[in-house]
Amino acid sequence: MKKIVIGPLTRANNSCWIEVAVENKKVVDAWCSGIFFRGFELILQGRDPRDASYLTQRICGICSSVHGTAASLALEDAVGVRPPHNGNLLRNLIMGADFLQNHIRHLFLFSLSDYVTSPEMSPFTPSYSTDKRLPKKTNDVMIQHIFESMEISRLAHELMTLLGGKAPFPHGVLAGGSTVPPSADIIMNFKSKLTKINQFIKSTMMPDVFTLAEAYPDYYEIGCRPPDMLEYGLFSCSEEDRERYFPGGAVIGGQLQKVDTSVIKEYLGKSWYSADAEPQHPSRGQTVPDREKEDAYSWSKAPRYNEMPLEGGPLARLWIRGDYRKGISTMDRIVARALEAEKIGVLMESWVDELEPDKSVFTSFEIPQEAEGSALIGAMRGPLGHWLRIKKGRISHYQIITPTAWNFSPRDDSGRKGPVEEALIGTPIANENQPIEIGRVIRAFDVCSSCSAHVIIPGLPLREMSILP
Amino acid sequence: MMNKTIKGRPPVIWLGTNTCAGDMLSLLNSVDPGYQSLITDLIDFRYNYLLGSAEGDMSTGILETAIADLDGQYILVVEGTIPTRSNGLYSVIGNRSGKPLTALQAVRELGAGAQHVVAAGTCASFGGPYAAAPNPSGSVPVQAVLDRRVINVPGCPINPDWMMGTLLHLIHQGEPELDDFNRPKLFYGETIHNLCQRRHYFDNSIFAKNPGEPWCMYKIGCKGPVTYADCPYRQWSGEHLSWPVKANTPCIGCTSPEFPDGVSPFFEHLPDIKLPGIKMTANRFGVLTGAVTAFGIGAHLTGSIITGRLANTIKKDLSGGARQKIVSFFKKLAGK
Repeated sequence: MKKIVIGPLTRANNSCWIEVAVENKKVVDAWCSGIFFRGFELILQGRDPRDASYLTQRICGICSSVHGTAASLALEDAVGVRPPHNGNLLRNLIMGADFLQNHIRHLFLFSLSDYVTSPEMSPFTPSYSTDKRLPKKTNDVMIQHIFESMEISRLAHELMTLLGGKAPFPHGVLAGGSTVPPSADIIMNFKSKLTKINQFIKSTMMPDVFTLAEAYPDYYEIGCRPPDMLEYGLFSCSEEDRERYFPGGAVIGGQLQKVDTSVIKEYLGKSWYSADAEPQHPSRGQTVPDREKEDAYSWSKAPRYNEMPLEGGPLARLWIRGDYRKGISTMDRIVARALEAEKIGVLMESWVDELEPDKSVFTSFEIPQEAEGSALIGAMRGPLGHWLRIKKGRISHYQIITPTAWNFSPRDDSGRKGPVEEALIGTPIANENQPIEIGRVIRAFDVCSSCSAHVIIPGLPLREMSILP
Repeated sequence: MMNKTIKGRPPVIWLGTNTCAGDMLSLLNSVDPGYQSLITDLIDFRYNYLLGSAEGDMSTGILETAIADLDGQYILVVEGTIPTRSNGLYSVIGNRSGKPLTALQAVRELGAGAQHVVAAGTCASFGGPYAAAPNPSGSVPVQAVLDRRVINVPGCPINPDWMMGTLLHLIHQGEPELDDFNRPKLFYGETIHNLCQRRHYFDNSIFAKNPGEPWCMYKIGCKGPVTYADCPYRQWSGEHLSWPVKANTPCIGCTSPEFPDGVSPFFEHLPDIKLPGIKMTANRFGVLTGAVTAFGIGAHLTGSIITGRLANTIKKDLSGGARQKIVSFFKKLAGK
């Protein structure tokens, strides 16, 4: 048995660390490790609750608006205020633009290097040369698309800038709604850019993904795991937030269920935190970082749903929505991400048309002395939860469970692997000196270790989410 | 090939330490030049944690080559703050002979041999959000672990122009003129407040009461008066379309050395002020911008707060001893 270490695994929104054991040219065991720690929840304590929507965006540069939206919804929940109609739409549009930015950059700047022969220049060199299957002509076209995509993903960030002041970390995402009135000039600019992006997704991104799928059909059989998935629901259909355009749900063994957050527990056995005696529901149990802990190997904790590791992301969302129910594999994850980008782009066009230029965008509110709130939403990489408690008008507790904590979790106390670890088992390794297959499997999850390493502080009972059929 | 340099295109090593990648993602938004032009015409982008094709030992090997063969020839850019807790193990960037290579080690070693060292973003420049109280990872800015000059290009994130401009200045004109915090004066030479399109609303006391209103953001927390950056002129992102005040929200002072602790709460027009002998919240303090951010404040602004139009508001909001203490604090600051 040979052990292969990939540290760092680059082209992830923050590098991570992977170890796999290989026997007879197949992965027989795997360990995923988050290698950065920051402790955001500790930093939030004692601060003005309104600051959370801007501060938590700093968790992740590539999905900032989603943290901002979750923090806004959590505070609105605590205060008992809703944004105006425009406010909800504008936040959806900012977040939607961020999804397009993420999905396009993920495919062309992070993933494609695993499949195409890269241009002979840094930072594309050095790179693995093994198992690049595209004919030269197709390969050259793909490289051209990598450069074109830079322009398009940049446009997606400009959409956020138009409505949020800057990108990443747009200011237009905050509790109470949003801040830029949808005047005709801004809408005109927004629509023009959105049209270009949607055109690119339809005419370039989707065909490229299917080209990959044709050249690498074996990746429908690689990176597989059981249909065990979790999503909380993405994009509020209205300011009341009773339904989401992409509904939430728990998929257990291929059966869709309503999410019951009371069965979520976080395990610390293999994580660099001082362990409580018992695995804890996220609403209890103080955790303290301890990098010197024996046997631990990740800053990520191991959240489990009824003791099961669940995966989130575009594939889970499309499966729950009933839009895409094929396999659960590396190529399915890549295809689903592109399909989701296409769907979000189209939804955004309808949201722009719903905006009411002369109506308000923001609802003002007072910060209560004592309150609790939470928000469960969908992020680029899967289910995201923010929990907030206010005392004396300031944040007394804040906790965040990120998608990558689910996807990229290490083993739990009973030794059960996290979803990426599970998916890696059985992956063929043709050339141990160029184990290109490992990165393909992991990157299809779009892992983000900046999002996975957090300290969870005792918080609140988790709220149940309703799902659409 | 790896130890040869390309004429006119200096090698650039861009490390990601404790970072969210927001600065690199922001640089991708640059328009003229764009990212494609940057990597094909302007620099030799040897190492980038986010976009490099190489992974694992192949990736870390690029760093080893730079240390061994490119002494004094490469520009080191560091994005992120440097954790020092547990000997730096709170941020690992690679694998060296089977052992974790910490960000702390890598920055020290690569920093020693670089032609220039640039801190990209507020985390690398000053600590930023991850080093905010209580600083759970014991994080410090790049300058704190290097004995040589670090050019700080703060911003959360960097504006694409600030980074692109600094890099190209280094390549074609050498080191740009820097301020006391080693920020290029070209971009950080004046306060947001003095460049703001809504300055006349401030001068005429027309203030927004909520985010989303088109007036001066001062009373809902704008840190423009103590924040040095050219956002109002330059704007965001690559197309220079907007900036936080144009989006009807307050500037939160993200280029400041004291971001975020010294410039929060973001929506109060003053930070909580903790001066010796005085304990007051932002609300009570009224308009006294940034007493706690004193080291980011220019003496001219301090002077104008005391003597100028704002003095009246200070009188209105404060009474007796507290006001005297504050005014004398500012006078001391201003050297008056």
